[in-house]
Amino acid sequence: MTNHWIDIKNSDCILIMGSNAAENHPISFKYVIEAQQNGTTLISVDPRFTRTSSKADLYTALRSGSDIAFLGGMIRYILDNNLYDKDYVALYTNGSFIVDQSFDFKNGLFSGYDANAHKYDKSKWAFEKDKYGVPKMDRSLKNPRCVFQLLKKHYSRYSTKLVSTITGTSEKDLLTVYKTYAATGKTGKAGTIMYAMGWTQHTVGTQNIRTMAIIQLLLGNMGVAGGGVNALRGESNVQGSTDHCLLWHIWPGYLKTPRASDTSLTVYNDKYTPKSNDPQSANWWQNYPKYSVSLLKSFFGENANPGNEFGYSWLPKADDGKVYSWLDLFDEMYNGGIKGFFAWGQNPACSGTNANKTRAALKNLDWMVNTNIFDNETGSFWRGPGMDPATVKTEVFFLPACVSVEKEGSITNSGRWMQWRYQGPKPLGNSLSDGDIILMFGEKLKELYTKDPGVFADPILNLKWDYVTGGVYDPHKVAKEINGYFLQDVTIKGKTYAKGTLVPSFAFLQSDGSTSSANWLYCNSYTEKGNLSARRGQEDAVNKIGLYPQFAWCWPVNRRIIYNRASVDAKGNPWNPDRWVIKWTGEKWVGDVPDGGWPPLVTADGFKNPKTKHAFIMRKHGHAQIFGPGLNDGPFPEHYEPLECPVEKNFMNAQRINPTAPVYGGKADEWATCDPRYPYVGTTYRVVEHWQTGVMTRHQAWLLEMQPQMFVEMSVELGQLKGIKNGERVKVTSPRGEVVATAIVTKRFRPFKVGGGIVHQVGMPWHFGWEFPKSGKEESANLLTPSAGDPNTRIPETKAFMVNIIKI
Amino acid sequence: MSKSFLVDTTLCTACRGCQVACKQWHDLPAEETVNRGSYQNPEDLSFDTYKLVRMNEEVIGGQLRWLYFPDQCRHCLEPPCEATAGEPSAIFTDPATGAVIYTAVTKELGNIDEVIESCPYNIPRKAEDGTLAKCDMCLDRVQNGLQPACVKTCPTGAMNFGERDDILTLAKNRLAVVKKKHPQATLLDPDDIRVVFLVAYEPQMYYEFAVAANGTFDMTRQVALRRMLKPFTGLISRLL
Repeated sequence: MTNHWIDIKNSDCILIMGSNAAENHPISFKYVIEAQQNGTTLISVDPRFTRTSSKADLYTALRSGSDIAFLGGMIRYILDNNLYDKDYVALYTNGSFIVDQSFDFKNGLFSGYDANAHKYDKSKWAFEKDKYGVPKMDRSLKNPRCVFQLLKKHYSRYSTKLVSTITGTSEKDLLTVYKTYAATGKTGKAGTIMYAMGWTQHTVGTQNIRTMAIIQLLLGNMGVAGGGVNALRGESNVQGSTDHCLLWHIWPGYLKTPRASDTSLTVYNDKYTPKSNDPQSANWWQNYPKYSVSLLKSFFGENANPGNEFGYSWLPKADDGKVYSWLDLFDEMYNGGIKGFFAWGQNPACSGTNANKTRAALKNLDWMVNTNIFDNETGSFWRGPGMDPATVKTEVFFLPACVSVEKEGSITNSGRWMQWRYQGPKPLGNSLSDGDIILMFGEKLKELYTKDPGVFADPILNLKWDYVTGGVYDPHKVAKEINGYFLQDVTIKGKTYAKGTLVPSFAFLQSDGSTSSANWLYCNSYTEKGNLSARRGQEDAVNKIGLYPQFAWCWPVNRRIIYNRASVDAKGNPWNPDRWVIKWTGEKWVGDVPDGGWPPLVTADGFKNPKTKHAFIMRKHGHAQIFGPGLNDGPFPEHYEPLECPVEKNFMNAQRINPTAPVYGGKADEWATCDPRYPYVGTTYRVVEHWQTGVMTRHQAWLLEMQPQMFVEMSVELGQLKGIKNGERVKVTSPRGEVVATAIVTKRFRPFKVGGGIVHQVGMPWHFGWEFPKSGKEESANLLTPSAGDPNTRIPETKAFMVNIIKI
Repeated sequence: MSKSFLVDTTLCTACRGCQVACKQWHDLPAEETVNRGSYQNPEDLSFDTYKLVRMNEEVIGGQLRWLYFPDQCRHCLEPPCEATAGEPSAIFTDPATGAVIYTAVTKELGNIDEVIESCPYNIPRKAEDGTLAKCDMCLDRVQNGLQPACVKTCPTGAMNFGERDDILTLAKNRLAVVKKKHPQATLLDPDDIRVVFLVAYEPQMYYEFAVAANGTFDMTRQVALRRMLKPFTGLISRLL
């Protein structure tokens, strides 16, 4: 979230699309309901009428996989009716930037497409630069090659009529939603978006969110209270684990995983440190080497020094051009290329897309270590449906982990709040915290590599591994390491910081090896002032908008609403004086921690302020990106159909699917589009009663009592068509598998009018698995889902695919 | 001062935290259920289920509505069940809170089915041995200064609990606000019961027994007779 949970209450209009917050983030509704009681309009857009929809002032449905068409229509509506915030767009976005002549869009393809490689040459999407190398801008937004004008042109095709043909949403409903939400473009009004996996899990996932980000920028909703682009994370600590490099392509703090061709630390730092020639651009990532070196110092301690590039060569590099995402790892495992596997706190046999492929892949392992609080379908895959244990060679080890309340440590919630939790009861039996397990694992590796160093023992032997107090794992030592230390006496701006003390914030980190920090974004969380994430202060900030800055700690540097420098006009006066985030007193900013302390763009007299910086400090050019030239599938979002879809062609352009989407072509990856054998759109989701694959909830009798069985929801019309009665068991099939489920025949699903025909959609939760409940008959919806993903993140497309329903 | 609840169904998201919190606090076993083509589960209240979020899909004025009704004992000001039982050691009203309490003695009542019948809200449920059970207002929590478990767990403000006067004031204020959006909104039997529901639409759309029949207490002659004799039946039971 760019904002945070409490801030939802500040919104004038809440759009919940691509998420079902009432069911999957039930506590968020504390703030949604509070906002509604204060007059906020709640809009719910979902293929199915959900518990979220039941509280909405405005509900409409769209066919799964058509969100860009829906939102692209809103962009056109905002532009056609001049509802955008002109000052905001001109001041803070790259709407004014002039795009190079090499950029073009034709037949559903942007310029630079290589049809053989399914890739773009992104250099074709560059900005025109002046003689100093600064992008040329036209703040009047009139230049025909400026981003704003190109945006207008791009979305001129997204007429409400065409959008309705694609989405199945009536034109009347589209216009009502557009009008209601676009009203937040008025200066002083704020609209927010609450989205989740309903937007991300598509072959156009990243661009779904980009489309909304463009809307938020056009309406001036970024950086303000009650605004933002707010990802509701799927677990309590998904934000934290992502910050600390859960994903293969990033190091902690969103540093880049080096490629094999990044042959030295200098090459690596040069490649990933953006350079701006604009003196007004803070270009915060210019500090990249300070963060990468501090990270290496944290990994290797005194063994890291300038002479050995701080141990850079000891870290693994990704092969150039190769991808190591979830989809790719299991594809590799399926093809026999991976022999050992740690399944840690997860259940891939049910959670991963195309679960039959995943389960088959597990057979190719020599060994698997399953670390979890319960056994699950992954650890027991060898005795699952269709498996012959005698033919499975994989040796499975189970490490019992304790549950969250039995250990001390922090979680970082969707609002970026790092919250320290004390230990409740002691771990049961032989179970251990994840920290203890990893610590012992590291110690054992060091012992083995000392005895028998083999070919490359350096990374293990040089690893700093001092997180023990009194013989056990010490979460405070890890938290301090994450924050970082001065490793020698360091003098900054005349003040000396003693060796061994904690670094006050990331502005103090150095690239010469004199500081450490295991995650620069968290530098400031655990300082000489103490563990700030353990704070529980109840006092609100001076602006009284629910920031509660003394409660826990949030990254970066306790800034509760990021991009807040865009919440004010050029002079530093809040767009909304009643609900302000920061404001300029003439000498300094007050309110939230500002996005950089530089003065406003202009002085009180209206003269350009020589010391100012552009508002979006994390962008190279200091401006929010309406035109996003860094993504793999284009600088503007474009509607493409899902890999499996119910229409013969894309009504928007000549490309049916995202031309850069990764699609897997093996025997287990079969897919079928517009195939009469699989005529219905399928989607997956969660219910409030269960959690993820249900490993933690299917064993809870009170939760199972409320949602005891796998189900498939369908419209009354489809039920009639198929002769399926409410409550009867049916079989759902896709080219990759089948699942038996109880039919819920409901008015909450409606057939869609798409491209002149009728399209039916069904939906299923993915919380079940064969191991429990004991009947063994409730299985995972992911047996049906496809092996295809987003070209930027490789998140699988589990939210839109094709199925059939069969009476049994 | 006696206690009351306001159940503001317009704020309920059917997260069913109340349903689980009730089972957890009372240590009630889960029932073996199946999916019957509805999220509502268990299907009905039972000896082991005191709180149940009833869920109903209705098209009202051309709009689909999913109506939630977190059902529970209303803790009547003059409980027909108590009067019908006529046996304070089995069913009594806690004088401090107004909680209507069933004890293990209910199984010894000679007229268990009549007690069940007497409830205008279809609440009491019977074990195999005839013992009756229902919501007890979490009397043990309330006596220790805590809110009932269902209220404590509610994230949206749908479940409220407090002094009766305060709750009635809150209910009237909320009704006035809700009426602006939903002119049909009403409070259900606020003068007769301690668990006051605020509904946005016709009460019967939520649940058949959302309000007492005809909006009043439909007493049988036997109940009326017994109520007249109440001082004596109490005396008799003590003598026995």
